[in-house]
Amino acid sequence: MQLDWPILSVLIWLPIAAGVVLLAIGDRAIAAGRWLALLTTVATFAISTLLYSNFDTGTAQMQFLEQRAWIPAFNSFYALGVDGIAMPLIVLTTFISPLVIIAGWSVIEKKPAMYFAAFLILEGLMIGVFAALDALLFYVLWEAMLIPMFIIIGIWGGQRRVYATLKFFLYTFLGSVLMLVSLVYMYLQTCEAGVCSYSIADFQQLPLGMNAQLFIFSSFLMAFAVKVPMWPVHTWLPDAHVEAPTGGSVILAAIMLKMGGYGFLRFSLPITPDASAHLDWLVISLSLIAVVYIGFVALVQTDMKKLIAYSSIAHMGFVTLGAFLVFTLMDVNGDLRGAAMGIDGAMVQMISHGLISGAMFFCVGVLYDRMHTREISAYGGVVNRMPIFAAFAVLFAMANSGLPATSGFVGEFLVILASFRANFWYAFLAAMTLILGAAYTLWMVKRVIFGSVANHHVEELTDVNGREFLVLGILAVAVLLMGIWPAPLLDVMRPTVENLVQQITTSKL
Amino acid sequence: MPGIVISSVEYAAASAEIFLLTAICAILLIDVFLGDSKRWITYALSLAALAGSAFVTVKYAVDTRVLAFHGTFIADPMGDVLKLSSYAAVAIAFLYSREYLQRRGLFKGEYFILGLVALLGVMVMISAGNLITVYLGIELMSLSLYAMVAIDRDSGIAAESAMKYFVLGAIASGTLLYGFSVIYGLTGTLQLDELAVAVREVGPDKLGLVFGLVFVIAGVGFKFGAVPFHMWIPDVYHGAPTPVTMFIGAAPKIGSFIVAIRVLAEGLDSMVASWQEMLTVLAILSMGLGSLVAIAQTNIKRMLAYSTISHVGFILLGILAGTNEGYRAAMFYTLTYVLVSTGSFGVILLLSRQGFEADELSDYKGLNRKSPWFAAIMMMLMFSTAGVPPFVGFWAKLAVLGAVVDVGLSWLAVVAVLFSVIGAFFYLRVIKLMYFDEPDNSVQIEAGGTMRTVLSANGLAALALGIFPGVLMELCARVLP
Repeated sequence: MQLDWPILSVLIWLPIAAGVVLLAIGDRAIAAGRWLALLTTVATFAISTLLYSNFDTGTAQMQFLEQRAWIPAFNSFYALGVDGIAMPLIVLTTFISPLVIIAGWSVIEKKPAMYFAAFLILEGLMIGVFAALDALLFYVLWEAMLIPMFIIIGIWGGQRRVYATLKFFLYTFLGSVLMLVSLVYMYLQTCEAGVCSYSIADFQQLPLGMNAQLFIFSSFLMAFAVKVPMWPVHTWLPDAHVEAPTGGSVILAAIMLKMGGYGFLRFSLPITPDASAHLDWLVISLSLIAVVYIGFVALVQTDMKKLIAYSSIAHMGFVTLGAFLVFTLMDVNGDLRGAAMGIDGAMVQMISHGLISGAMFFCVGVLYDRMHTREISAYGGVVNRMPIFAAFAVLFAMANSGLPATSGFVGEFLVILASFRANFWYAFLAAMTLILGAAYTLWMVKRVIFGSVANHHVEELTDVNGREFLVLGILAVAVLLMGIWPAPLLDVMRPTVENLVQQITTSKL
Repeated sequence: MPGIVISSVEYAAASAEIFLLTAICAILLIDVFLGDSKRWITYALSLAALAGSAFVTVKYAVDTRVLAFHGTFIADPMGDVLKLSSYAAVAIAFLYSREYLQRRGLFKGEYFILGLVALLGVMVMISAGNLITVYLGIELMSLSLYAMVAIDRDSGIAAESAMKYFVLGAIASGTLLYGFSVIYGLTGTLQLDELAVAVREVGPDKLGLVFGLVFVIAGVGFKFGAVPFHMWIPDVYHGAPTPVTMFIGAAPKIGSFIVAIRVLAEGLDSMVASWQEMLTVLAILSMGLGSLVAIAQTNIKRMLAYSTISHVGFILLGILAGTNEGYRAAMFYTLTYVLVSTGSFGVILLLSRQGFEADELSDYKGLNRKSPWFAAIMMMLMFSTAGVPPFVGFWAKLAVLGAVVDVGLSWLAVVAVLFSVIGAFFYLRVIKLMYFDEPDNSVQIEAGGTMRTVLSANGLAALALGIFPGVLMELCARVLP
């Protein structure tokens, strides 16, 4: 059932408008400002549930369409819509955002109004990225998103925040500008074919020769691989994560990384199917390197945030692995359903990683706010002073290592299963994450949470307060729910994913 | 020769120039009788002259190309739009300059009169239909600018940069004139429309013509500030008083753009293959050197000078495409560049005080603490210059890239975007200083209300045009069909 009001525009512009108001109010009335931020994000989440409840799961078509003329000179439109891939990611965004606001409630002392405003504006832009149907609109929002994040890391970050935020911005900018050249090229191709258009759907239909596809695929790979991030262009992520404030790390890990995965599914695979098929070995190899090598790198980290950052890279390796298995699966299975398994897994993994990595960063944030250090060696025996916190931390650690009944299990299981069908060695390497993930996560938990109280700083720790309990509790419920009953998510995605596989496996040549 | 008879249509075509010239003479006379306390009258009259010129331009606006004075003068819709933009740029420059000049005892009639004469030069360049008219316009503008750079006669550095500007500018003018003379010798005409025909007859590949073209490109490249003819830019931008730097970065850039269009795209259009190659080299060098050397600067005026050089590279990209899309893109780029550059220099003027120029990068530390609003304005301008959406600079880059890819030079587009990433670094550094660093001092902004209002409008325009770029694009498309 479609709504008769522009729900996607509301979702995008409500937080942005609230962010501007918050900037205007400034720090003088920050008490009211905090509530404004919280109410806006909660309202945005409430509205986004309408997306889910009114979503037609029987079709792969874009839904909740909106279209307005934007730049007639380029025949570019303000066109919005969601399908089974974009909708869950939007709901994830609106779900995480209020938690970020709550987490920053009283711990941000420097320019709090600007902090909350940056997150509100960022939320609107991120929703826009997932909802844009026009490539130019997508690109504008995709780049604009960097600005609030640049500010967030730069102002409220740690010691080396300037280095980290410049690295973050320039890496992502470099990846994206090459994508821009490809978008312009495809636009001009549509002009030659008759009607100039920046519509993503038109790009997906556009016939392209193999050479053009290879160039376009490489530029997309640059843009999305940096965002995901894939080995070897991942080095900005540990820096950005370590230096960002808790809220910034959560948004980065939970949502911004997903945009890389979303980009592969929305742009790379359907627009350049032949180049993707030709180079799928490359992406699969890079993903497996991420899973195995970065897993080992995570093992030796001494900083909690860095460890979780590396674990994010390893887990996002599953997303790209799952997405690019589709070609081998198609050869092996020959039917859409079987070939779709990898993409299903990639999607579930994205949503699940959004919840789990967000929760893990919140846990580190809880400890950091008390001890002002992220060094694993500074902790020990936290469970003695913070039993409730310890329970949450262990649950999320288990989820991060892919324990059944948590959401982490579903995504990894689907992708490993898909890789078994494709090739034994893919599966062998991918499955190493079950050992490595458990090793680095649980070892960290052992050193930080368990044992006897390490020093007098730990001795003085107090358990989570109501605010923190609320955030961790909501995330725990979501992680368990997704792990026990992922069917609603899979149902929503099914038609879109099948349609996508159909599109990917049809040659454009 | 029937040339003695000049119809009223022809006067109408040049009405704006005639009006402005008359106004300049009147202001010059009035200014002589004014004491320093009444100098504001000159200032007000100059602004009124700009408003009057705008009125006249709109009133006598043309729908199609009109040739006047035996074809030496062109009135066309593109010219009208560019003239109106130039008035706006000069008016904003005057508004921003007033307080700075007053504080330094430079609030003299000469600044405004020379500024208006330079504007008249730009207008002649815009309407030039003949190589001699082009040259006249360039000289009228350049000579006024040399004097403006030296307006602070007690400043050694200003005198030095004026001298450099003058000597190098004279060489460039000579080069340009030599190129014109070679072309005239081979084709027998100076008239741009006749030249286009004559070049086709002579053959665009004729060695002599290419030889002349090289000199023309060198001259135009100098006026633009394209590498390797850029040496004057950093010194002049740094040495001149900030209002003059801002002035040089605005209307004269429109002039350089139009000279390239009139001479290359209209007069020598059949030699596109030759000048495309030459401009490609200039564009790559400009983008590269501009972005790389800007990183090493500690003075924001010098940094903006190198940033200008790299932007010139992008404007040349649009021109070298040799298509109407390309010229349109270059025009859009030039207009947005003028808007954003004027704003950036406006912020420098806003922060400067008596005895403090605010031209070192470190002067921007912690601006967000002192004035969140103007820090935000500067941030918008910097992101716009860096070409990050949703600011207008992005659309300028996009239009230029589209034009270049369209003529099959995709590799050039890739080179351009890579340089723009390098360029982004130093704009980000300004934002870093404003937002991430703590202020060194607690000095407050002293500027008055007009300055604040106009500067805010200037910054917000970069955002508004970035979200709705269609308006300006349509305009460029309409006048350059």
